[in-house]
Amino acid sequence: MEDSTSPKQEKENQEELGEARRSWEGKTAASPQYSEPESSEPLEAKQGPETVRQSRSSRPWSPQSRARTPLGGPAGPETSAPAPLSLREPSSTPSPPAPARQDLAAPPQSHRTTSVIPEAGTPYPDPLEQSSDKRESIPLHTSQSERNTFQQSQQPKPHLCGPRDVSYNNAKQKELRFDVFQEADSNSDCDLQLPAPGGSEGAPSMLETTIQNAKAYLLKTSSKSGFNLYDHLSNMLTKILNERPENAVDIFENISQDVKMAHFSKKFDALHNENEMLPTYEIAEKQKALFLQGHLEGVDQELEDEIAENALPNVMESAFYFEQAGVGLGTDETYRIFLALKQLTDTHPIQRCRFWGKILGLEMNYIVAEVEFREGEDEEEVEEEDVAEERDNGESEADEDEEDELPKSFYKAPQAIPKEESRTGANKYVYFVCNEPGRPWVKLPPVIPAQIVIARKIKKFFTGRLDAPIISYPPFPGNESNYLRAQIARISAGTHVSPLGFYQFGEEEGEEEEEVEGGQNSFEENPDFEGIQVIDLVESLSNWVHHVQHILSQGRCNWFNSIQKNEEEEEEGEEEDEEKEEPDYIEQEVGPPLLTPISEDLEIQNIPPWTTRLSSNLIPQYAIAVLQSNLWPGAYAFSNGKKFENFYIGWGHKYSPDNYTPPVPPPVYQEYPSGPEITEMDDPSVEEEQAFRAAQEAVLLAAENEESEEDEDEEDDYD
Amino acid sequence: MDADSLLLSLELASGSGQGLSPDRRASLLTSLMLVKRDYRYDRVLFWGRILGLVADYYIAQGLSEDQLAPRKTLYSLNCTEWSLLPPATEEMVAQLSVVKGRFMGDPSYEYEHTELQKVNEGEKVFEEEIVVQIKEETRLVSVIDQIDKAVAIIPRGALFKTPFGPTHVNRTFEGLSLSEAKKLSSYFHFREPVELKNKTLLEKADLDPSLDFMDSLEHDIPKGSWSIQMERGNALVVLRSLLWPGLTFYHAPRTKHYGYIYVGTGEKNMDLPFML
Repeated sequence: MEDSTSPKQEKENQEELGEARRSWEGKTAASPQYSEPESSEPLEAKQGPETVRQSRSSRPWSPQSRARTPLGGPAGPETSAPAPLSLREPSSTPSPPAPARQDLAAPPQSHRTTSVIPEAGTPYPDPLEQSSDKRESIPLHTSQSERNTFQQSQQPKPHLCGPRDVSYNNAKQKELRFDVFQEADSNSDCDLQLPAPGGSEGAPSMLETTIQNAKAYLLKTSSKSGFNLYDHLSNMLTKILNERPENAVDIFENISQDVKMAHFSKKFDALHNENEMLPTYEIAEKQKALFLQGHLEGVDQELEDEIAENALPNVMESAFYFEQAGVGLGTDETYRIFLALKQLTDTHPIQRCRFWGKILGLEMNYIVAEVEFREGEDEEEVEEEDVAEERDNGESEADEDEEDELPKSFYKAPQAIPKEESRTGANKYVYFVCNEPGRPWVKLPPVIPAQIVIARKIKKFFTGRLDAPIISYPPFPGNESNYLRAQIARISAGTHVSPLGFYQFGEEEGEEEEEVEGGQNSFEENPDFEGIQVIDLVESLSNWVHHVQHILSQGRCNWFNSIQKNEEEEEEGEEEDEEKEEPDYIEQEVGPPLLTPISEDLEIQNIPPWTTRLSSNLIPQYAIAVLQSNLWPGAYAFSNGKKFENFYIGWGHKYSPDNYTPPVPPPVYQEYPSGPEITEMDDPSVEEEQAFRAAQEAVLLAAENEESEEDEDEEDDYD
Repeated sequence: MDADSLLLSLELASGSGQGLSPDRRASLLTSLMLVKRDYRYDRVLFWGRILGLVADYYIAQGLSEDQLAPRKTLYSLNCTEWSLLPPATEEMVAQLSVVKGRFMGDPSYEYEHTELQKVNEGEKVFEEEIVVQIKEETRLVSVIDQIDKAVAIIPRGALFKTPFGPTHVNRTFEGLSLSEAKKLSSYFHFREPVELKNKTLLEKADLDPSLDFMDSLEHDIPKGSWSIQMERGNALVVLRSLLWPGLTFYHAPRTKHYGYIYVGTGEKNMDLPFML
């Protein structure tokens, strides 16, 4: 009988199930704890998603199978019929046996609300399901739901755990398990509820009470955090079963922490991440603009093609060669710099441009581009020279104003050495810097000799902000942008080299010995350059030459004679060392002329100034020659025989094996002619003063006496 | 940097400009695998490159299961054949302090240093000049040791300590959050703690004993010897040491990628206080 009705019942039951499941799911959606069972079910069910539903729909099935077994089957549902009826709300009851089975199927909502559904229990539904293989991996939650559905007030029965384990895989014992479930359900019901209707079936045994107590303890909510251990453990186990980490027992505590944190993190997501990710998005936007700029200028393409022939260097090619040497910024970064350079050449009238290098700073870095403007284009001159001079002369001027009252100081500030004109000497190129590709390029001011001289004496890290002050002794005339420019000038002068013969002097120049200002500093590319063998470049340093003028200790490349009319007075105004101070002649500083081979460079305490390497020893036929400077660590040059390039990446300081010692302040200067006006004298002591006064009075008295005597004499005369 | 993620690590550390050429990279990938197998290390780190005048030294370190145990250091001149270096001792470090200048690049090169030593002969005491010779290999060992003790760093949470003693890699380390990544206190020195016991009890109470068992960078002397920068917007945090210029530490926040590499001349920057 039951067999015949079972299909129909099954169908009904499934409908019920569906309804119940929906309602159940509705419940679970409410709390986050339930979400996991929902998600885990499809994952874990071994027989596919259907199995999961099967597990639920197996409820009707299991009664069916149980119905087949004559033993406890009918008795169970029969006896439990009255109880669930009273409690069950949503499902309808077509017939008494059916409802009995449907009991199992339709979890009464009231029960479910009160019962804690995600109970970490042993896998329950396996016995329910048909397969005889071990189903330990069944999601706990489905098992729980299974069990929950059975938690209709069934007969109380001893022992949740024992029979479950025992009869786990045995299909035959399904019915036994069914009993167990009934009893177990009633047990759990009893835990949570007021006296379950079906609880009167049997007196709870000791074991049962213990279990109930244990479960009650686990379900106790923590007063601090609002969690309870039961929920937490079930969440954790679900997570572990989902993710299946290796050696889970070793990272158990971390998983526990993660689960706890997961409860909180979701709420703050919207606010938190936005702030943090903003700079990333900003820079990404700026760099995207870099990439898009090519499309914007469609009209002027032809014009630009003419001019842009020489302007933009092939940065990627140089980067490739430098990478062979192990130097470089990474391909992506270099490409972005490439685009930034292109933007620079597009916005400024630039004749030639070169990626000079990168200088690291404390807070931000600098990307430096060396640029040569087109003829007559760069008329912007910063009025820095005047500022420097004013500082020097301010002192003497102030003194001169008060000439009448104060002694005149004969200190004359040393005349500031004027800076070199643009396009000559140290100011041959203009430099632009930016902090990151995508940010705007800033032009660095031209360099003044005083700045170079002082930059040689100090050693400071760059912060990355161009307006940062440089606090040092001797005080640096300028801020970080000037210091940066001075260091760039020094590095260029010291380390920019090219293969011999690549550059040659122009035709119209005289001999190299001529000391005409500006005579030596023009060179041009040699069109007949045939290249030098890489091996030669590596072996001998005389195959490389400097192509940037050396900076004299005066701070300029071209000598400036500061002696003008008053030769005697200009003596003090010199900053060079080892000077024969002849009033009418200052020895001219001479530096190595342009295009001297670097083999002439001085050693630093037995360390050669340059190190040469072949880029690769494994494949020498395609290797390139790499030069590293030991004087300026971070300066590299490469050549493959025909092409060459210079590059700098580093902190921007010179190397010295000895420690840096700051210069000592000069001795106090004799500013005023010594004389009684300014010579200090001690104040007279009291005795001296009194003696002096006494002496004066004596003199006065003597004078008066004489007068009075004369008067008396006169009076006598008249008598 | 871990030899397993060498390429990615090199890419992330490339902001400092000095990296490896392609042929060195390729040889490293293969040879470090073999080193790991031959010496049976748990993890192999590519430590970095010391620039010498004639040749460069490529250094790798091998770690056993316990991350804080003394590491074995290997060096190579061509990234293919590796030789084990002896562990550093106190006297080595003391000897090293007199040697200045660049590394030569030849491990058997000997530095000569003349010392004045008092010699007692009978009743007379006079000074003799003794020439002490220090091998470059020794110098290499002590420099690496010094750099490791001073500036090798890892982010907080990357290692954790078990009650039994050994420290393990934390497999659930998900990376520092952005706000943590900008603070110096979230980075620890990768060495046995020296200053932990100097902390007050109040501070110690806040520490998590499984994670905070090393010195943090906050109290490094001189203050300001680390430069923290965010590159690529906030997607990469780079710490550079100013005391040993050339050491770069990188970490991508919220990911597991972190590491450090030293590419430099192997000389301490004694001028740091003047330069800040």
